[in-house]
Amino acid sequence: MPHRKSLASVWRRIPQRYRMESTMCETCGTYFFPPRNFCPTCRRKSKIKHYAAKGTGKVYSYTVIHVPQEGFELEIPYVLAVVELDEGAKLTAQLCDVDLEDLKIGMPVEVTFRRISEGKGGGIIHYAYKFTPISGQNK
Amino acid sequence: MEKVAIIGMGMTKFGECWDKGLRDLIAEAGAKAVTSAGIDGKDIQAIYGGNMSAGRFIGQEHVGALIADAIGLSPIPSTRVEAACASGGLALREAYLSIAGGIYDVVVAGGVEKMTDVYTEQVSLTLGGAGDQEWEVFHGATFPSLYAMMARRHMHDYGTTEEQLAAVAVKNHSNGAKNPLAQFPFEITLEQVMKSSKVAEPLKLLDCSPITDGAAAVILAKESFAKKVCDNPVWITGSGHATDTLALDDRRSMTTLDATKLATKVAMKQAGITPKQVDLAEVHDCFTIAEICAVEDIGFVKKGEGGKAEADGMFDLNSDIPVNTSGGLKACGHPVGATGIKQAVEISWQLRGEADKRQVKDANIGLAHNVGGSGATAVVHVFSREVR
Repeated sequence: MPHRKSLASVWRRIPQRYRMESTMCETCGTYFFPPRNFCPTCRRKSKIKHYAAKGTGKVYSYTVIHVPQEGFELEIPYVLAVVELDEGAKLTAQLCDVDLEDLKIGMPVEVTFRRISEGKGGGIIHYAYKFTPISGQNK
Repeated sequence: MEKVAIIGMGMTKFGECWDKGLRDLIAEAGAKAVTSAGIDGKDIQAIYGGNMSAGRFIGQEHVGALIADAIGLSPIPSTRVEAACASGGLALREAYLSIAGGIYDVVVAGGVEKMTDVYTEQVSLTLGGAGDQEWEVFHGATFPSLYAMMARRHMHDYGTTEEQLAAVAVKNHSNGAKNPLAQFPFEITLEQVMKSSKVAEPLKLLDCSPITDGAAAVILAKESFAKKVCDNPVWITGSGHATDTLALDDRRSMTTLDATKLATKVAMKQAGITPKQVDLAEVHDCFTIAEICAVEDIGFVKKGEGGKAEADGMFDLNSDIPVNTSGGLKACGHPVGATGIKQAVEISWQLRGEADKRQVKDANIGLAHNVGGSGATAVVHVFSREVR
Protein backbone atom coordinates (compact mmCIF):
# COMPACT_ATOMS: atom_id res chain seq x y z
CA MET A 1 0.00 0.00 0.00
CA PRO A 2 1.31 3.47 -0.83
CA HIS A 3 2.75 5.47 2.00
CA ARG A 4 -0.25 6.94 3.78
CA LYS A 5 0.13 10.69 4.03
CA SER A 6 -1.04 12.70 7.01
CA LEU A 7 -3.42 15.60 6.50
CA ALA A 8 -0.75 18.01 7.76
CA SER A 9 1.81 16.73 5.24
CA VAL A 10 -0.62 17.48 2.41
CA TRP A 11 -1.80 20.83 3.82
CA ARG A 12 1.70 22.26 4.27
CA ARG A 13 2.48 21.84 0.55
CA ILE A 14 -0.66 23.61 -0.71
CA PRO A 15 1.14 26.88 -1.60
CA GLN A 16 3.58 25.04 -3.90
CA ARG A 17 1.26 22.40 -5.32
CA TYR A 18 -1.86 24.56 -5.83
CA ARG A 19 -0.36 27.96 -6.61
CA MET A 20 3.27 27.24 -7.60
CA GLU A 21 4.59 29.55 -4.89
CA SER A 22 8.26 29.26 -4.10
CA THR A 23 11.34 31.34 -3.26
CA MET A 24 14.19 33.06 -5.10
CA CYS A 25 17.48 34.65 -4.08
CA GLU A 26 17.60 38.37 -4.80
CA THR A 27 21.37 38.44 -4.31
CA CYS A 28 22.16 36.24 -7.33
CA GLY A 29 18.76 36.18 -9.07
CA THR A 30 18.32 32.38 -8.88
CA TYR A 31 14.76 31.03 -8.75
CA PHE A 32 14.10 27.83 -6.78
CA PHE A 33 11.34 25.25 -7.04
CA PRO A 34 10.54 23.82 -4.50
CA PRO A 35 11.42 26.68 -2.12
CA ARG A 36 14.76 26.90 -0.34
CA ASN A 37 15.26 28.76 2.93
CA PHE A 38 18.70 29.97 1.88
CA CYS A 39 20.65 30.06 -1.36
CA PRO A 40 23.32 27.32 -1.69
CA THR A 41 25.51 29.75 -3.67
CA CYS A 42 25.13 32.99 -1.68
CA ARG A 43 24.60 31.27 1.68
CA ARG A 44 24.89 33.94 4.42
CA LYS A 45 24.48 36.70 1.82
CA SER A 46 21.19 35.16 0.57
CA LYS A 47 18.22 37.48 0.28
CA ILE A 48 15.26 35.11 0.06
CA LYS A 49 12.04 36.43 -1.45
CA HIS A 50 8.76 34.70 -2.29
CA TYR A 51 7.49 34.45 -5.85
CA ALA A 52 4.72 32.65 -7.72
CA ALA A 53 5.83 30.95 -10.94
CA LYS A 54 4.05 32.12 -14.10
CA GLY A 55 3.51 28.46 -14.90
CA THR A 56 5.04 28.41 -18.35
CA GLY A 57 8.17 26.63 -19.47
CA LYS A 58 9.74 24.03 -21.73
CA VAL A 59 10.13 20.27 -21.54
CA TYR A 60 13.74 19.53 -20.48
CA SER A 61 13.30 15.74 -20.63
CA TYR A 62 10.43 13.26 -20.49
CA THR A 63 9.45 9.61 -20.33
CA VAL A 64 6.32 7.60 -21.01
CA ILE A 65 5.70 5.34 -18.01
CA HIS A 66 4.23 1.89 -18.73
CA VAL A 67 4.99 0.21 -15.39
CA PRO A 68 3.37 2.59 -12.89
CA GLN A 69 3.99 3.40 -9.32
CA GLU A 70 1.39 1.86 -7.03
CA GLY A 71 -1.68 4.11 -7.04
CA PHE A 72 -1.16 5.21 -10.66
CA GLU A 73 -2.37 2.00 -12.37
CA LEU A 74 -5.34 3.70 -14.03
CA GLU A 75 -3.11 6.37 -15.56
CA ILE A 76 -0.85 4.23 -17.78
CA PRO A 77 0.69 5.09 -20.05
CA TYR A 78 1.39 8.47 -18.46
CA VAL A 79 3.99 11.08 -19.30
CA LEU A 80 6.42 12.32 -16.67
CA ALA A 81 8.67 15.26 -17.46
CA VAL A 82 11.27 17.60 -16.08
CA VAL A 83 9.99 21.05 -16.98
CA GLU A 84 12.28 24.07 -17.08
CA LEU A 85 10.17 27.02 -15.94
CA ASP A 86 10.61 30.39 -17.68
CA GLU A 87 12.02 31.67 -14.36
CA GLY A 88 14.82 29.07 -14.68
CA ALA A 89 13.95 26.49 -11.99
CA LYS A 90 13.37 22.89 -13.08
CA LEU A 91 10.70 20.61 -11.60
CA THR A 92 9.22 17.15 -12.08
CA ALA A 93 5.56 16.91 -13.14
CA GLN A 94 3.20 14.94 -15.34
CA LEU A 95 2.28 16.15 -18.83
CA CYS A 96 -1.38 15.72 -19.73
CA ASP A 97 -3.62 16.30 -22.75
CA VAL A 98 -0.66 15.60 -25.02
CA ASP A 99 -0.38 13.32 -28.05
CA LEU A 100 2.50 10.92 -27.42
CA GLU A 101 3.75 11.46 -31.01
CA ASP A 102 4.10 15.19 -30.34
CA LEU A 103 6.36 14.76 -27.32
CA LYS A 104 9.76 16.36 -27.69
CA ILE A 105 12.44 18.09 -25.68
CA GLY A 106 12.01 21.88 -25.89
CA MET A 107 8.23 21.68 -26.27
CA PRO A 108 6.52 24.77 -24.70
CA VAL A 109 4.11 23.87 -21.89
CA GLU A 110 1.87 25.64 -19.39
CA VAL A 111 0.55 24.68 -15.99
CA THR A 112 -2.86 23.14 -15.33
CA PHE A 113 -4.38 22.09 -12.01
CA ARG A 114 -5.23 18.39 -11.79
CA ARG A 115 -5.87 15.44 -9.57
CA ILE A 116 -2.64 13.46 -9.02
CA SER A 117 -3.72 10.42 -6.98
CA GLU A 118 -5.88 9.31 -4.11
CA GLY A 119 -5.17 7.20 -1.08
CA LYS A 120 -6.43 3.63 -1.19
CA GLY A 121 -9.74 2.98 0.50
CA GLY A 122 -10.97 6.58 0.53
CA GLY A 123 -7.87 8.41 1.62
CA ILE A 124 -6.95 12.00 0.85
CA ILE A 125 -7.26 13.05 -2.79
CA HIS A 126 -4.05 14.74 -3.90
CA TYR A 127 -4.14 17.69 -6.29
CA ALA A 128 -1.24 19.58 -7.84
CA TYR A 129 0.17 21.06 -11.01
CA LYS A 130 0.51 19.13 -14.25
CA PHE A 131 1.64 20.64 -17.54
CA THR A 132 0.01 20.68 -20.94
CA PRO A 133 1.26 21.79 -24.38
CA ILE A 134 0.63 25.47 -25.13
CA SER A 135 -1.95 25.21 -27.89
CA GLY A 136 -0.65 25.77 -31.40
CA GLN A 137 2.98 25.58 -30.24
CA ASN A 138 3.36 21.87 -29.71
CA LYS A 139 4.61 20.92 -33.18
CA MET B 1 46.99 7.43 8.03
CA GLU B 2 47.01 3.61 8.34
CA LYS B 3 47.09 1.65 5.09
CA VAL B 4 44.05 -0.60 4.68
CA ALA B 5 43.81 -4.02 3.03
CA ILE B 6 41.01 -6.42 2.18
CA ILE B 7 42.14 -9.76 3.58
CA GLY B 8 38.99 -11.82 3.12
CA MET B 9 35.80 -11.73 1.07
CA GLY B 10 32.61 -13.68 0.47
CA MET B 11 29.12 -13.41 -0.95
CA THR B 12 25.96 -15.44 -1.24
CA LYS B 13 24.38 -16.54 -4.49
CA PHE B 14 22.37 -13.54 -5.71
CA GLY B 15 18.77 -14.13 -6.78
CA GLU B 16 15.34 -15.00 -5.45
CA CYS B 17 16.55 -16.79 -2.32
CA TRP B 18 13.20 -18.03 -1.02
CA ASP B 19 14.83 -20.35 1.48
CA LYS B 20 16.89 -17.60 3.13
CA GLY B 21 15.95 -14.65 5.33
CA LEU B 22 17.96 -11.50 6.00
CA ARG B 23 19.91 -13.05 8.86
CA ASP B 24 20.66 -16.24 6.91
CA LEU B 25 22.04 -14.20 4.01
CA ILE B 26 24.33 -12.00 6.10
CA ALA B 27 25.48 -14.93 8.25
CA GLU B 28 26.47 -16.87 5.11
CA ALA B 29 28.37 -13.97 3.53
CA GLY B 30 30.04 -13.07 6.84
CA ALA B 31 31.15 -16.62 7.52
CA LYS B 32 32.57 -16.97 4.00
CA ALA B 33 34.54 -13.73 4.41
CA VAL B 34 35.97 -14.70 7.81
CA THR B 35 36.89 -18.17 6.56
CA SER B 36 38.57 -16.74 3.46
CA ALA B 37 40.61 -14.36 5.67
CA GLY B 38 41.73 -17.29 7.81
CA ILE B 39 41.27 -15.27 10.99
CA ASP B 40 39.34 -15.87 14.16
CA GLY B 41 36.03 -14.13 14.82
CA LYS B 42 37.48 -12.61 17.98
CA ASP B 43 40.01 -10.65 15.88
CA ILE B 44 37.13 -8.55 14.51
CA GLN B 45 36.55 -5.31 16.39
CA ALA B 46 33.60 -3.68 14.58
CA ILE B 47 31.02 -4.13 11.81
CA TYR B 48 29.71 -1.67 9.22
CA GLY B 49 26.64 -3.03 7.42
CA GLY B 50 25.05 -1.51 4.33
CA ASN B 51 21.27 -1.92 4.15
CA MET B 52 18.82 0.34 2.37
CA SER B 53 15.41 -0.55 3.65
CA ALA B 54 14.88 -3.68 5.73
CA GLY B 55 12.19 -1.68 7.53
CA ARG B 56 10.09 -1.36 4.38
CA PHE B 57 11.07 -4.70 2.80
CA ILE B 58 10.61 -7.00 5.81
CA GLY B 59 9.52 -4.71 8.67
CA GLN B 60 12.88 -5.08 10.40
CA GLU B 61 14.89 -2.14 11.70
CA HIS B 62 17.87 -2.16 14.07
CA VAL B 63 19.89 -3.91 11.41
CA GLY B 64 23.31 -3.08 12.92
CA ALA B 65 22.70 -5.17 16.03
CA LEU B 66 20.93 -7.84 13.95
CA ILE B 67 24.04 -8.33 11.78
CA ALA B 68 26.33 -8.71 14.81
CA ASP B 69 23.83 -11.17 16.31
CA ALA B 70 23.43 -13.15 13.08
CA ILE B 71 27.16 -13.67 12.60
CA GLY B 72 27.76 -14.38 16.27
CA LEU B 73 29.88 -11.30 16.92
CA SER B 74 27.83 -9.54 19.61
CA PRO B 75 28.83 -7.52 21.67
CA ILE B 76 31.17 -5.66 19.27
CA PRO B 77 30.01 -2.30 17.83
CA SER B 78 27.91 -2.74 14.69
CA THR B 79 26.61 0.18 12.62
CA ARG B 80 24.03 0.16 9.85
CA VAL B 81 24.91 2.48 6.98
CA GLU B 82 22.21 3.77 4.61
CA ALA B 83 22.63 5.67 1.36
CA ALA B 84 19.93 4.02 -0.76
CA CYS B 85 21.60 1.84 -3.45
CA ALA B 86 25.03 3.11 -2.34
CA SER B 87 24.59 1.76 1.21
CA GLY B 88 27.15 -1.00 0.59
CA GLY B 89 29.78 1.28 -0.92
CA LEU B 90 29.32 3.74 1.91
CA ALA B 91 29.59 0.95 4.52
CA LEU B 92 32.90 -0.01 2.90
CA ARG B 93 34.06 3.60 3.13
CA GLU B 94 33.03 3.96 6.80
CA ALA B 95 34.86 0.71 7.58
CA TYR B 96 37.89 1.93 5.62
CA LEU B 97 37.91 5.27 7.49
CA SER B 98 37.74 3.52 10.86
CA ILE B 99 41.00 1.68 10.15
CA ALA B 100 42.70 4.46 8.18
CA GLY B 101 41.95 6.80 11.10
CA GLY B 102 43.61 4.43 13.54
CA ILE B 103 40.50 3.50 15.52
CA TYR B 104 40.41 -0.24 14.72
CA ASP B 105 42.79 -2.92 13.41
CA VAL B 106 40.29 -5.36 11.87
CA VAL B 107 36.66 -4.75 10.87
CA VAL B 108 33.96 -6.26 8.66
CA ALA B 109 32.21 -4.28 5.91
CA GLY B 110 29.05 -6.05 4.84
CA GLY B 111 25.90 -5.42 2.88
CA VAL B 112 22.56 -7.20 2.72
CA GLU B 113 19.10 -6.78 1.23
CA LYS B 114 16.10 -9.10 1.37
CA MET B 115 13.76 -7.83 -1.35
CA THR B 116 11.56 -10.73 -2.48
CA ASP B 117 9.42 -11.09 0.64
CA VAL B 118 7.10 -8.30 -0.59
CA TYR B 119 5.20 -7.74 -3.85
CA THR B 120 6.94 -6.03 -6.76
CA GLU B 121 4.76 -2.91 -6.39
CA GLN B 122 5.94 -2.47 -2.81
CA VAL B 123 9.57 -2.96 -3.85
CA SER B 124 9.10 -0.23 -6.47
CA LEU B 125 7.56 2.14 -3.95
CA THR B 126 10.39 1.53 -1.49
CA LEU B 127 13.07 2.04 -4.15
CA GLY B 128 11.25 5.25 -5.10
CA GLY B 129 12.24 6.47 -1.65
CA ALA B 130 15.80 6.78 -2.99
CA GLY B 131 14.47 9.70 -5.00
CA ASP B 132 12.57 12.71 -3.66
CA GLN B 133 9.32 11.57 -2.05
CA GLU B 134 7.61 14.99 -2.02
CA TRP B 135 8.71 16.40 -5.38
CA GLU B 136 9.26 13.33 -7.63
CA VAL B 137 7.48 10.25 -6.26
CA PHE B 138 4.34 12.27 -5.36
CA HIS B 139 3.91 13.09 -9.08
CA GLY B 140 4.06 9.43 -10.13
CA ALA B 141 7.80 9.08 -10.68
CA THR B 142 9.14 5.54 -10.55
CA PHE B 143 12.81 4.79 -10.23
CA PRO B 144 13.17 3.65 -13.87
CA SER B 145 11.38 6.83 -14.99
CA LEU B 146 14.10 9.05 -13.50
CA TYR B 147 16.85 7.14 -15.33
CA ALA B 148 14.64 7.14 -18.43
CA MET B 149 14.63 10.94 -18.41
CA MET B 150 18.43 10.90 -18.08
CA ALA B 151 18.55 8.53 -21.06
CA ARG B 152 16.17 10.69 -23.13
CA ARG B 153 18.29 13.79 -22.50
CA HIS B 154 21.53 11.85 -23.26
CA MET B 155 20.02 10.71 -26.57
CA HIS B 156 18.99 14.32 -27.33
CA ASP B 157 22.35 15.89 -26.45
CA TYR B 158 24.76 13.23 -27.76
CA GLY B 159 22.87 11.09 -30.26
CA THR B 160 22.99 8.00 -28.03
CA THR B 161 20.69 5.25 -29.36
CA GLU B 162 18.47 2.60 -27.79
CA GLU B 163 20.68 -0.07 -29.42
CA GLN B 164 23.70 1.40 -27.62
CA LEU B 165 21.81 1.21 -24.32
CA ALA B 166 20.90 -2.40 -25.10
CA ALA B 167 24.56 -3.24 -25.80
CA VAL B 168 25.34 -2.62 -22.11
CA ALA B 169 22.81 -5.26 -21.03
CA VAL B 170 24.10 -7.76 -23.61
CA LYS B 171 27.71 -7.27 -22.44
CA ASN B 172 26.84 -7.58 -18.74
CA HIS B 173 24.83 -10.76 -19.30
CA SER B 174 27.78 -12.17 -21.25
CA ASN B 175 29.94 -11.61 -18.13
CA GLY B 176 27.23 -12.81 -15.77
CA ALA B 177 27.04 -16.07 -17.74
CA LYS B 178 30.56 -16.78 -16.41
CA ASN B 179 29.65 -16.02 -12.79
CA PRO B 180 28.01 -18.92 -10.91
CA LEU B 181 26.82 -16.53 -8.15
CA ALA B 182 24.97 -14.25 -10.60
CA GLN B 183 21.17 -14.03 -10.54
CA PHE B 184 21.04 -14.36 -14.35
CA PRO B 185 24.00 -16.54 -15.39
CA PHE B 186 23.02 -16.60 -19.07
CA GLU B 187 23.52 -14.57 -22.23
CA ILE B 188 20.91 -12.43 -23.96
CA THR B 189 20.79 -10.94 -27.46
CA LEU B 190 20.44 -7.35 -28.61
CA GLU B 191 17.14 -8.31 -30.21
CA GLN B 192 15.78 -9.68 -26.93
CA VAL B 193 16.60 -6.41 -25.17
CA MET B 194 15.06 -4.31 -27.95
CA LYS B 195 11.90 -6.43 -27.97
CA SER B 196 11.46 -6.57 -24.20
CA SER B 197 8.43 -4.80 -22.74
CA LYS B 198 8.48 -1.04 -22.16
CA VAL B 199 8.99 0.10 -18.57
CA ALA B 200 9.61 3.85 -18.90
CA GLU B 201 10.53 4.89 -22.44
CA PRO B 202 13.19 4.60 -23.72
CA LEU B 203 14.02 2.00 -21.04
CA LYS B 204 12.75 -1.53 -21.52
CA LEU B 205 12.60 -4.44 -19.10
CA LEU B 206 16.05 -5.73 -20.08
CA ASP B 207 17.60 -2.27 -19.59
CA CYS B 208 16.76 -2.60 -15.87
CA SER B 209 18.51 -4.39 -13.01
CA PRO B 210 16.34 -6.93 -11.19
CA ILE B 211 14.91 -7.35 -7.68
CA THR B 212 17.38 -9.49 -5.76
CA ASP B 213 18.12 -11.08 -2.40
CA GLY B 214 21.75 -11.31 -1.40
CA ALA B 215 24.60 -10.40 0.90
CA ALA B 216 28.33 -9.79 0.62
CA ALA B 217 31.13 -9.11 3.10
CA VAL B 218 34.81 -8.15 3.16
CA ILE B 219 37.29 -8.17 6.04
CA LEU B 220 39.48 -5.06 6.28
CA ALA B 221 42.71 -4.87 8.26
CA LYS B 222 45.51 -2.43 8.89
CA GLU B 223 48.88 -3.07 7.21
CA SER B 224 50.71 -4.77 10.08
CA PHE B 225 47.86 -7.22 10.72
CA ALA B 226 47.21 -7.83 7.02
CA LYS B 227 50.84 -8.69 6.27
CA LYS B 228 50.90 -11.09 9.23
CA VAL B 229 47.88 -13.17 8.20
CA CYS B 230 47.47 -12.71 4.44
CA ASP B 231 49.67 -13.64 1.45
CA ASN B 232 47.66 -11.74 -1.13
CA PRO B 233 45.99 -8.68 0.38
CA VAL B 234 44.10 -6.25 -1.85
CA TRP B 235 44.88 -2.68 -0.85
CA ILE B 236 42.32 0.10 -0.80
CA THR B 237 44.41 2.96 -2.16
CA GLY B 238 41.69 5.55 -2.72
CA SER B 239 38.24 6.31 -1.33
CA GLY B 240 35.90 9.10 -2.45
CA HIS B 241 32.35 10.04 -1.50
CA ALA B 242 30.22 12.93 -2.77
CA THR B 243 26.60 14.04 -2.63
CA ASP B 244 24.26 16.05 -4.87
CA THR B 245 20.65 17.26 -4.75
CA LEU B 246 18.17 14.53 -3.85
CA ALA B 247 15.91 15.36 -6.80
CA LEU B 248 17.21 14.80 -10.32
CA ASP B 249 15.50 17.97 -11.62
CA ASP B 250 17.54 20.20 -9.29
CA ARG B 251 20.90 19.19 -10.78
CA ARG B 252 23.23 21.21 -12.96
CA SER B 253 23.06 18.40 -15.53
CA MET B 254 20.86 15.36 -16.13
CA THR B 255 23.47 13.53 -18.18
CA THR B 256 26.50 13.98 -15.89
CA LEU B 257 26.55 12.75 -12.31
CA ASP B 258 28.62 15.45 -10.61
CA ALA B 259 28.82 13.27 -7.48
CA THR B 260 30.48 10.50 -9.53
CA LYS B 261 32.97 12.95 -11.02
CA LEU B 262 33.89 14.37 -7.63
CA ALA B 263 34.12 11.04 -5.79
CA THR B 264 36.28 9.67 -8.63
CA LYS B 265 38.57 12.70 -8.55
CA VAL B 266 39.10 12.34 -4.79
CA ALA B 267 39.69 8.57 -4.94
CA MET B 268 42.05 8.74 -7.93
CA LYS B 269 44.06 11.61 -6.47
CA GLN B 270 44.54 9.67 -3.25
CA ALA B 271 45.55 6.55 -5.21
CA GLY B 272 47.82 8.59 -7.49
CA ILE B 273 46.31 7.18 -10.69
CA THR B 274 44.53 8.34 -13.84
CA PRO B 275 41.57 6.56 -15.49
CA LYS B 276 43.96 5.04 -18.07
CA GLN B 277 45.73 3.04 -15.35
CA VAL B 278 42.56 1.22 -14.26
CA ASP B 279 42.66 -2.44 -15.37
CA LEU B 280 39.01 -3.20 -14.61
CA ALA B 281 35.97 -1.58 -13.01
CA GLU B 282 32.68 -2.47 -11.41
CA VAL B 283 30.30 0.44 -12.08
CA HIS B 284 26.73 1.12 -11.01
CA ASP B 285 24.57 -0.13 -13.91
CA CYS B 286 21.16 -0.09 -12.20
CA PHE B 287 19.93 0.83 -15.69
CA THR B 288 21.89 0.63 -18.95
CA ILE B 289 22.04 4.44 -19.22
CA ALA B 290 23.68 4.52 -15.78
CA GLU B 291 26.70 2.54 -17.06
CA ILE B 292 27.02 4.85 -20.07
CA CYS B 293 27.05 7.92 -17.79
CA ALA B 294 29.45 6.14 -15.40
CA VAL B 295 32.14 5.32 -17.99
CA GLU B 296 31.98 8.95 -19.12
CA ASP B 297 31.95 10.55 -15.65
CA ILE B 298 34.75 8.30 -14.34
CA GLY B 299 36.79 9.41 -17.34
CA PHE B 300 37.23 6.21 -19.39
CA VAL B 301 35.77 8.07 -22.41
CA LYS B 302 34.74 11.66 -23.16
CA LYS B 303 31.24 12.89 -22.28
CA GLY B 304 28.81 11.73 -24.94
CA GLU B 305 30.98 8.88 -26.27
CA GLY B 306 29.89 6.21 -23.77
CA GLY B 307 27.11 4.74 -25.89
CA LYS B 308 29.29 4.26 -28.95
CA ALA B 309 32.15 2.88 -26.82
CA GLU B 310 29.82 0.30 -25.27
CA ALA B 311 28.47 -0.76 -28.67
CA ASP B 312 32.04 -0.99 -30.03
CA GLY B 313 33.00 -3.43 -27.27
CA MET B 314 35.42 -1.08 -25.53
CA PHE B 315 34.41 -2.45 -22.09
CA ASP B 316 34.04 -6.15 -22.98
CA LEU B 317 35.72 -8.83 -20.86
CA ASN B 318 38.71 -9.12 -23.26
CA SER B 319 39.15 -5.35 -23.70
CA ASP B 320 41.64 -2.94 -22.10
CA ILE B 321 39.14 -1.84 -19.41
CA PRO B 322 36.63 -4.62 -18.74
CA VAL B 323 33.60 -3.14 -16.95
CA ASN B 324 31.28 -5.17 -14.72
CA THR B 325 33.04 -8.53 -14.99
CA SER B 326 30.66 -9.85 -12.29
CA GLY B 327 27.73 -9.25 -14.62
CA GLY B 328 27.05 -5.91 -12.95
CA LEU B 329 23.80 -5.02 -11.29
CA LYS B 330 22.04 -6.07 -14.50
CA ALA B 331 23.04 -9.76 -14.61
CA CYS B 332 24.64 -10.46 -11.21
CA GLY B 333 21.63 -8.84 -9.53
CA HIS B 334 21.07 -5.82 -7.32
CA PRO B 335 20.28 -6.49 -3.65
CA VAL B 336 20.58 -2.75 -3.07
CA GLY B 337 22.44 -2.66 0.26
CA ALA B 338 24.81 -5.48 -0.78
CA THR B 339 25.78 -4.21 -4.23
CA GLY B 340 28.61 -1.88 -3.15
CA ILE B 341 30.24 -4.68 -1.16
CA LYS B 342 29.77 -7.20 -3.97
CA GLN B 343 31.69 -4.82 -6.22
CA ALA B 344 34.61 -4.92 -3.75
CA VAL B 345 34.38 -8.73 -3.56
CA GLU B 346 34.53 -9.03 -7.37
CA ILE B 347 37.46 -6.62 -7.71
CA SER B 348 39.30 -8.48 -4.92
CA TRP B 349 38.82 -11.85 -6.63
CA GLN B 350 40.03 -10.37 -9.90
CA LEU B 351 43.16 -8.79 -8.37
CA ARG B 352 43.96 -12.04 -6.54
CA GLY B 353 43.50 -14.09 -9.71
CA GLU B 354 40.53 -16.01 -8.30
CA ALA B 355 37.84 -14.99 -10.83
CA ASP B 356 37.90 -18.28 -12.73
CA LYS B 357 36.26 -18.11 -16.20
CA ARG B 358 35.91 -14.34 -16.13
CA GLN B 359 39.48 -13.68 -14.91
CA VAL B 360 41.00 -10.50 -16.37
CA LYS B 361 44.70 -10.95 -17.27
CA ASP B 362 47.30 -8.88 -15.37
CA ALA B 363 44.73 -7.14 -13.22
CA ASN B 364 46.60 -4.82 -10.85
CA ILE B 365 44.33 -1.84 -10.32
CA GLY B 366 40.53 -2.00 -9.98
CA LEU B 367 37.84 0.59 -9.39
CA ALA B 368 34.37 0.28 -7.84
CA HIS B 369 31.64 2.87 -8.38
CA ASN B 370 28.41 2.76 -6.37
CA VAL B 371 25.53 5.24 -6.79
CA GLY B 372 22.62 6.04 -4.49
CA GLY B 373 19.31 7.21 -5.93
CA SER B 374 19.52 8.98 -9.27
CA GLY B 375 22.97 10.30 -8.31
CA ALA B 376 22.51 12.06 -4.96
CA THR B 377 25.26 9.83 -3.53
CA ALA B 378 28.33 8.42 -5.26
CA VAL B 379 31.07 6.33 -3.65
CA VAL B 380 34.23 5.37 -5.53
CA HIS B 381 37.06 3.12 -4.36
CA VAL B 382 40.39 2.28 -5.98
CA PHE B 383 41.95 -1.11 -5.22
CA SER B 384 45.49 -2.25 -5.92
CA ARG B 385 47.72 -5.30 -5.56
CA GLU B 386 50.52 -2.94 -4.53
CA VAL B 387 50.48 -1.25 -1.14
CA ARG B 388 50.67 2.52 -1.40
